[in-house]
Amino acid sequence: MTDKPKDCSIQIITGNCTGCTMCVKTCPFGAISMVDSAEAKKGKLAVIDYMKCTLCGACVESCKFKAIEMTVCKVAPKVALGDYKGVWVFAEQKKGKVQSVVYELLGKGRELADALGTELAAVLIGDAVEAQAEELFWRGADKVYLVENAGLKSYQDEPYTNIIVELVKEFKPEILLYGATSIGRSLASRIAVKLYTGLTADCTALDIDKEKKILLQTRPAFGGNIMATILCENYRPQMATVRHKVFKEAQVDKSRKGQVVKKSYPDNLLASRTRISDVVEEISSTVNLTEADIIVSGGRGLGKAEGFKVIEELAKVLGGAVGASRSAVDAEWIPYSHQVGQTGKTVCPKIYIACGISGQIQHLAGMSSSEIIIAINKDSQAPIFSVATYGIVGDLYEVVPALTQKFKEILKK
Amino acid sequence: MDYLLTEQQIMVRDLARKIAKEKITPVAAEHDEKETFPWEIMKVMAESDLCGVYIEEKYGGLGGGAMELCLVTEELSRACGGIAICFAATALGTYPIILFGNDEQKQKYLPDIASGKKLAAFALTEAGAGSDAGAIATTARKEGDHYVLNGVKQWITNGGEAEVYTVIAMTDREKGARGASAFIIEKGTPGFDFGKKEKKLGIRASATRELVFNECKIPKANLLGREGMGFIVAMKTFDKSRPGVAAQAVGIAQGALDHAVKYSRERKQFGKTISSFQGLQFMLADMATEVEAARALTYSVAKMVDTGAKDVSKESAMAKLFASDVAMKVTTDAIQVLGGYGYMRDYPVEKYMRDAKITQIYEGTNQIQRNVIALELLKEQLRG
Amino acid sequence: MNIIVCIKQVPDTQDIRINPETNTLMREGVQSIVNPFDMYAIEEALRIKERLGAASTKVTVLSMGPSQAEEALREAVSMGADEMVLMSDRAFAGSDTWATSYTLAKGIQKLGKFDLIICGKQAIDGDTAQVGPGIAATLDIPQVTYVKKTEDIKEGLAKFERMTEEGYEVIETPLPCLITVVKEINIPRLPSLKGKIKAKQSKATVLGAKDLEVDPDRLGLQGSPTAVKKIFTPPKRTGGQVLQGEVPDIVNKLADSIKDVVISVSKT
Repeated sequence: MTDKPKDCSIQIITGNCTGCTMCVKTCPFGAISMVDSAEAKKGKLAVIDYMKCTLCGACVESCKFKAIEMTVCKVAPKVALGDYKGVWVFAEQKKGKVQSVVYELLGKGRELADALGTELAAVLIGDAVEAQAEELFWRGADKVYLVENAGLKSYQDEPYTNIIVELVKEFKPEILLYGATSIGRSLASRIAVKLYTGLTADCTALDIDKEKKILLQTRPAFGGNIMATILCENYRPQMATVRHKVFKEAQVDKSRKGQVVKKSYPDNLLASRTRISDVVEEISSTVNLTEADIIVSGGRGLGKAEGFKVIEELAKVLGGAVGASRSAVDAEWIPYSHQVGQTGKTVCPKIYIACGISGQIQHLAGMSSSEIIIAINKDSQAPIFSVATYGIVGDLYEVVPALTQKFKEILKK
Repeated sequence: MDYLLTEQQIMVRDLARKIAKEKITPVAAEHDEKETFPWEIMKVMAESDLCGVYIEEKYGGLGGGAMELCLVTEELSRACGGIAICFAATALGTYPIILFGNDEQKQKYLPDIASGKKLAAFALTEAGAGSDAGAIATTARKEGDHYVLNGVKQWITNGGEAEVYTVIAMTDREKGARGASAFIIEKGTPGFDFGKKEKKLGIRASATRELVFNECKIPKANLLGREGMGFIVAMKTFDKSRPGVAAQAVGIAQGALDHAVKYSRERKQFGKTISSFQGLQFMLADMATEVEAARALTYSVAKMVDTGAKDVSKESAMAKLFASDVAMKVTTDAIQVLGGYGYMRDYPVEKYMRDAKITQIYEGTNQIQRNVIALELLKEQLRG
Repeated sequence: MNIIVCIKQVPDTQDIRINPETNTLMREGVQSIVNPFDMYAIEEALRIKERLGAASTKVTVLSMGPSQAEEALREAVSMGADEMVLMSDRAFAGSDTWATSYTLAKGIQKLGKFDLIICGKQAIDGDTAQVGPGIAATLDIPQVTYVKKTEDIKEGLAKFERMTEEGYEVIETPLPCLITVVKEINIPRLPSLKGKIKAKQSKATVLGAKDLEVDPDRLGLQGSPTAVKKIFTPPKRTGGQVLQGEVPDIVNKLADSIKDVVISVSKT
């Protein structure tokens, strides 16, 4: 057991601890254990491993005997917080086209800006991308910070990081949001270090604390087993990434107009040590999973790789995409690109049909925000039924083909 | 139960268990169904340094003995008895070299076997010579600096897949069992061919073939020990390797038991899991007790072998006999626990029963084991 | 060439279940494992070492965490890594991704010259994917994230395939640099016996705050810009109706319920 770190204070009040183990069970980080102690009331005493404790406070709430005391030490703000105003969204573009996750972020960004009574801006970096600014305004931006250069055509970590760091230093936004894409995640992490500010990944909810005027960032952890609300009180900007399809796209309002702020930077800031020497697109024959409105997914219950044929047939008739659970991917029945869940893709379709998927928590983490969930499984006890809008206990090899046939008739295909 | 294994033995067992769980379990059914040789698993075994656990360190092994051999065989068998035997049959083919090879022979063959580059096989059985090893018809004729082999060996595990074969052949017919000699023969030697791959009830991942010798000429240096020692080579090899067969049986039984216990906790009938029925609990308790008893006997004999006990024939035979009978019984009971599901190929349990059967037959049928045991018993009585 | 692999010991999230009565995490029997994505990082380092020649390449595994994390480092050594370094100090407690990146970067600087740093793309307990790029930014070296193939690597220069949503990019980078790797890159080997014996006998170099040239205000909880305000179990989505009856009836019932949505989707 390590000693208590000096600057944070959480402690067990020996006289109050009854050794009930409630806190041990509650701690999401496994930082509390019980030891035998002569001093304790009932001979057992909770102790905190400070190498694991993150001072989340979950144990304080769980303790019925007021035996855990926590005060989070006050750290003085590192910057003049009042200087930072406005909500920004990084307008990720590929081949000159703004990605749809940006419009989702603008929708949420608008809400946050309105709650703070401030403006919403987008940061657009690329080569000859000014035309894209108009739609950013339609989708809610008041301003677009535009940086154009032939060398900025495709995303590269270093110049993009440098530019945003410079923009933030000059214009001081209080909130900066990115899509949790392969670009957004790489970029935001680098910027956070350069600016010495916080970054919360894969937020599923963003709100403003009305009193403190700060961003409440909620994200899943431990594969979706728990949710954590994270604050970045003393550093600016408050930064978060959000996965595609978590928020709804902002509506288009063609009457909206805004201001383009053009900036340019010296060559040394635009230089990149890495160089893209080739871009290879692997076009998938089916609908993109994260974009799909209907997903038909197969799991271990298919029993064999060939089982995906019945899944594909239904998906085809419904105009949907094919998904899979981790165990189906691990069994090499279907490529990883189809995997839905914590280690796969997060999806939010209108209809999600889970066939032969038991519904392990890491799968649920990737699909449970679907609007309608249909579960087909032999085992009536399967956890998937606890999230299903419609559950069918039965053999998927009977039910799925029958559904395919039915929708062929309905859709006259 | 704590068998007071050494740190190294625990390491060996845990690694074998990891390989079994992560690499063998997912492919066991497929190799069984398609009767394909598990080369990819042999590669994993080689990369993990497990192929040489029973071989001396100076020949590239780990320096362990029968205990290590048993631990690996048992753990692999828990996932697949067929894949396990590909490893254990190599040990059987290697033991004659370990026990009777000269330094030159050991230098030449053991490092490649220890590193997993080559598999080995042992060839005694013939169509007319099973339990009666004295009746073998394969001959080795001496011609100057060479021996010339003629004859057919039958049901040789790893036949065709192994690179190194230890073969028992008659150098002097007149002397019967005392006229047999042991030779090392490499795959690819002119005059050495393989017959068709046998179709088996169980251990179907393993390859079983005929070895065909037709005027197969090998250097004199490939003779193991001296002329006429062939039968002793075979018997001493079996003494050391029988705990390995016992371990295979223990592993198969344990694997079947694992499935039965797991299933009993999942399967519901009359609103309860079947594990809550006492009739079934009693079955599981008996199965577990028998498996543990077989394991205890097997490990005891392995320890005897490793501490250099001179004569382990009786104990080796007891371990092999007892463990293989337990395996047959426990795997049959495991099917019973699963009921109709147990009988279906969709579930892995019927395979354990098919795999178990061979352990009562090979490396001396259980009837031969009883002979050995009885003979030793009576000898001991005579000695007083 | 010096390769450093950063790894993390994590609870196996696959094992974690929620106690339906108390709505809390059930940690009993949950094993600590090497973060699965880090296994690909270790394997890639070993493959590069084999490619470049064992004599000229050294693989060091580095982890920040409590003393039990040495077990994770041992696993890497049993697979073939040469050295292990554990960063453990109470001053590191409560680090968020910023402070973790900073601390690991300082540890790497302490180790001396390096050519390549490899991280898994993310850790399964936090899923942030921030620490890899964070280390690269702190050290001010180039990064290539989501690497699915090492195309070429030699002294001072490397070429990687970086996975994107649409396919992949081939990226050339000078060394030293940092890469984060994805599942597609390789299949991690199992440990070998000789490796396990070596791991048993080796001891991790332990680095604490005092061993590093650091700004103490940037360590641990104090140095972390973000703080967890509250932790809660996600609101349970409650199950809907279970459809009963013969297959044709069920299919009809279901089709009636979702037909409007399906038709509206098929029109857009």
